[in-house]
Amino acid sequence: MRLLKSQIDQKHGSGFATLLPEEPEDMWHAYNIIQPSDRLRARAIRRVTKTSDSGSVASTRITMDLTISVISTDFDIGSGQLHVAGKVASENEHVKLGSHHTLDLELQRKFTLEKGNGWDSVALGLLREACDSEKRAELWAVVMGEGIANICVITEHQTILRQRIEVPVPRKRKGVIDGHNKAMDKFFSTTLSTLLRHLDLANSSPQTDKTVPLLLASPGFLAQTFLSYLKGEAIRTTNKPLLAIIPSIMVAHSSSPHVHSLSEVLASPAIRSTLSDTKYARETALMDRFHSLLRQDDGRAWYGPKEVEQAVEKGAVGRGGGVLLISNALFRAQNVAERKRWVGLVDRVREVEGGEVRVLSSLHESGKRLEGLGNIAAILTFPLEDLDEEEEGIGGGQDDDADMVI
Amino acid sequence: MPGHHRAKTLGFDDDEVYGDDEEYDEEGEEGGNGMTEEDREQLRVGTIKVKEALDSSVNVSDAQIQEALWHYYYDIGKSVTYLKNKHAPQPKAPAPPKQKAVSRFDQAASAAKTQPKTTPGHKPKAEQKIPRDRLAESVEKVKIEEVPKVRSKNLNVVEEFRKSGMKRMANFVVIGHVDHGKSTLMGRLLYDLKVIDQRSVDKLRREAQNIGKSSFALAWVMDETSEERNRGVTIDIATNFFETEKTRFTILDAPGHRDFIPNMIAGASQADFAILVIDASTNSFESGLKGQTKEHALLVRSMGVLRLVIAINKMDTVSWSQTRFNEISNLMMAFLTAANFLKKNLTFIPCAGLTGENVTRKVEDPRASWYTGGTLIEAGEALKDSIDSVEPKERSLEKPLRMTVDNVFRGGVTNPTSISGRIDAGTLQVGDTILAMPANETAVVKAIEVADEPVDWAVAGQITTLHLTDVDPVHLRLGDVVCDPNTPVKLTKRFKCKILAFEHVFPMSVDVFRGRLQTEGKVRDLKALLNKNTGAVTKRNPRIVKPGEVARVVVLLERELPLEVGTRIVLREGGNTIAAGMLEE
Repeated sequence: MRLLKSQIDQKHGSGFATLLPEEPEDMWHAYNIIQPSDRLRARAIRRVTKTSDSGSVASTRITMDLTISVISTDFDIGSGQLHVAGKVASENEHVKLGSHHTLDLELQRKFTLEKGNGWDSVALGLLREACDSEKRAELWAVVMGEGIANICVITEHQTILRQRIEVPVPRKRKGVIDGHNKAMDKFFSTTLSTLLRHLDLANSSPQTDKTVPLLLASPGFLAQTFLSYLKGEAIRTTNKPLLAIIPSIMVAHSSSPHVHSLSEVLASPAIRSTLSDTKYARETALMDRFHSLLRQDDGRAWYGPKEVEQAVEKGAVGRGGGVLLISNALFRAQNVAERKRWVGLVDRVREVEGGEVRVLSSLHESGKRLEGLGNIAAILTFPLEDLDEEEEGIGGGQDDDADMVI
Repeated sequence: MPGHHRAKTLGFDDDEVYGDDEEYDEEGEEGGNGMTEEDREQLRVGTIKVKEALDSSVNVSDAQIQEALWHYYYDIGKSVTYLKNKHAPQPKAPAPPKQKAVSRFDQAASAAKTQPKTTPGHKPKAEQKIPRDRLAESVEKVKIEEVPKVRSKNLNVVEEFRKSGMKRMANFVVIGHVDHGKSTLMGRLLYDLKVIDQRSVDKLRREAQNIGKSSFALAWVMDETSEERNRGVTIDIATNFFETEKTRFTILDAPGHRDFIPNMIAGASQADFAILVIDASTNSFESGLKGQTKEHALLVRSMGVLRLVIAINKMDTVSWSQTRFNEISNLMMAFLTAANFLKKNLTFIPCAGLTGENVTRKVEDPRASWYTGGTLIEAGEALKDSIDSVEPKERSLEKPLRMTVDNVFRGGVTNPTSISGRIDAGTLQVGDTILAMPANETAVVKAIEVADEPVDWAVAGQITTLHLTDVDPVHLRLGDVVCDPNTPVKLTKRFKCKILAFEHVFPMSVDVFRGRLQTEGKVRDLKALLNKNTGAVTKRNPRIVKPGEVARVVVLLERELPLEVGTRIVLREGGNTIAAGMLEE
């Protein structure tokens, strides 16, 4: 995203920013930045109907710049489209004040954003991050199992499931193994052709010299088998672009064919070293650290809104290792007070306590793991017990002879 | 020949339909090009009959009658009805539709069907006097009968089962750490019981020798795919059958490698008891105990398998040492009782799978003279005895049908769609209509096989293969539940369950397993910690469930699945089994 113009008062947070989204990922940033009650100005096409004096109705489509006061946002992950619904906030000759309009933000079309409640620290942080022009890491991954494959693309801020492939594969049966082999062949060829369609090698490789790394992961030997199938096919069909990417294909082990096992793949040291320091890998490592602390159960890892707030209150998320993990889903809260609550917490940890704040993308696996924990968690500098108050009397005594309840 | 045609059109098979088309074409041409001698004769007789049937009020020409007859393939009744309807109310009726309107396929099909009826002299007179509306009704009936149906014998399966005095059946799963010799042991068992003949074993031996893995020959009886043979590990469950004097056994040979635990779970969910194979040689046992020996034992226990035969394998490599046997037995006994197995349900057997000692025949090695117990197979029989003594045989026969689909495959040319799996509850017979969930699609059972033998019915507890008709295979997936259409399984997306934790459990992403079914899910809320034995709540809303604790949690699934109260599930994450549970609501 390019920042074309900004006039933000650092003290009060009033002002506006004009932004130009350049790549699909920018839509995701825009989705995170734009809040209800903000004022958004962008190019819009609106059908205007005019009734002439004689009573005939003429309807024309007019392109104009519209300013709306945002009511809700809708982000389509698959296609990366962002629709912002709101009420028109500045009148012109065609559109009345207060009438509804939905702006569809588009790539290479600038928009101007003015914050209804001022630019807070989180919003400014997001803005900075969105306009960071550094080259972004991108990775394609195929997580597969027998008869099932998930083709995903992992970018700096999102994991997008591009396609899920399911091919029925009969299991082995006594004496009959041909059905299995045939089905596996079909599965591989479907997966490969789908993958190639998504990678779109023929179009992308000539202009950009960088090859996007491809990761194959599966339980057992499947990924390895698929790689040899892919190699065989590449040679057989003399698919040059495909041959070119073979050296950059990585094979990894995952415990299940589902997307969420990507986190485990990306956490493995071998993969992490090749992926260098992507945000994804950092977030995954952080969540792993949190989980292992939680397992130790020594009161240094807490999750859930109330518990974390209490921990911050007690000054446990501060200098010397205190980390606040928060999902950006919380900042997208429709409710202004709700958002204020989280922004306040982040500011407090960052500025008053001196702790570290990590905002995790809810579109990554790590963010999804955090979502399960209530979208917020904290690693404390010192153990705290009994943040969950209600404790009840222990039930009846042990009875060793009885069968277990489950 | 005509009957044959109809039967063939029943099994909507691509290949078959194609083949039939050709045949029909021939017949169609016959009709199109001109009438045969037979046709003319039929037409003549038919015309006379129709004239008789039609009263004088209806004025039709011979040509019209003949056209109608041709159109209805010499069916007098239909022609009469048609002509009456057309001509009686409105004298100037349009001519009957041209025969071209009927596709050749239909022509041929109906011709084949109706020809025998109209043989001269056989026409029942009663039918001609049936009032019009009744005739129309009967015509409709004819049409309904065209729907292909497999005829059901309408057996009372429970009654049949009681009468049959069938040998009892037992399914067991073979579990244990990778490379502890599960497949070899089972290969040996089948070989010694002459289920596998000498020739095939010799062939396997030669093949194994060729790639320098001669010791794998017996395992290859079970490991049939090329992937399994090349890598030397079992990947998927192998099913095989053998019979003793008293019992028909089904072997489910599970993979030991940790990556294939999902397959092992699928196998264990079909088993009545388990054989836990342990490698007696130094270090192997110890490494197994940390690995899948432990995990498998915990898994089968949590899936409701309460009885174990512990086969301490490869005793030949430790020269049948009694001390080693006792050492392993004691360690395992301590571990298994801690995992809530009851002592009386565990049997320890020393054996050697590669050489076959103490598998089906008693050990002859003088160094093993200390051992006086039974063989592996005797231990299996004994366990089955104890299962029968505890559980009444017919307990789940009267319940509505439930069967988990373990495999969907093409069972040959005549059976394009087949499924297999264990019947969990209820009974089935040929001709039954079943409902596959979650697709909510019905199918008709064309044939049933148990242990590779065709049968008319099957009951709960049996591992069966069903050949289906009237269903598109895309609706059937591994892990689906097949049920009675009148009492379908409910689909759930969110359920409460009681779990026994093996690892720490907190709100997290998990893989949920139920038999062959595997899906993504999330542990959403930890409701309460429970007392292990009484089930009483000890703590509400815990933050984390520690290994060994029992808790009530809410699980959210990615998609709707057929799960019922009492279903046993397994939760896994990152290649580790973290908990086993039972559905509450």
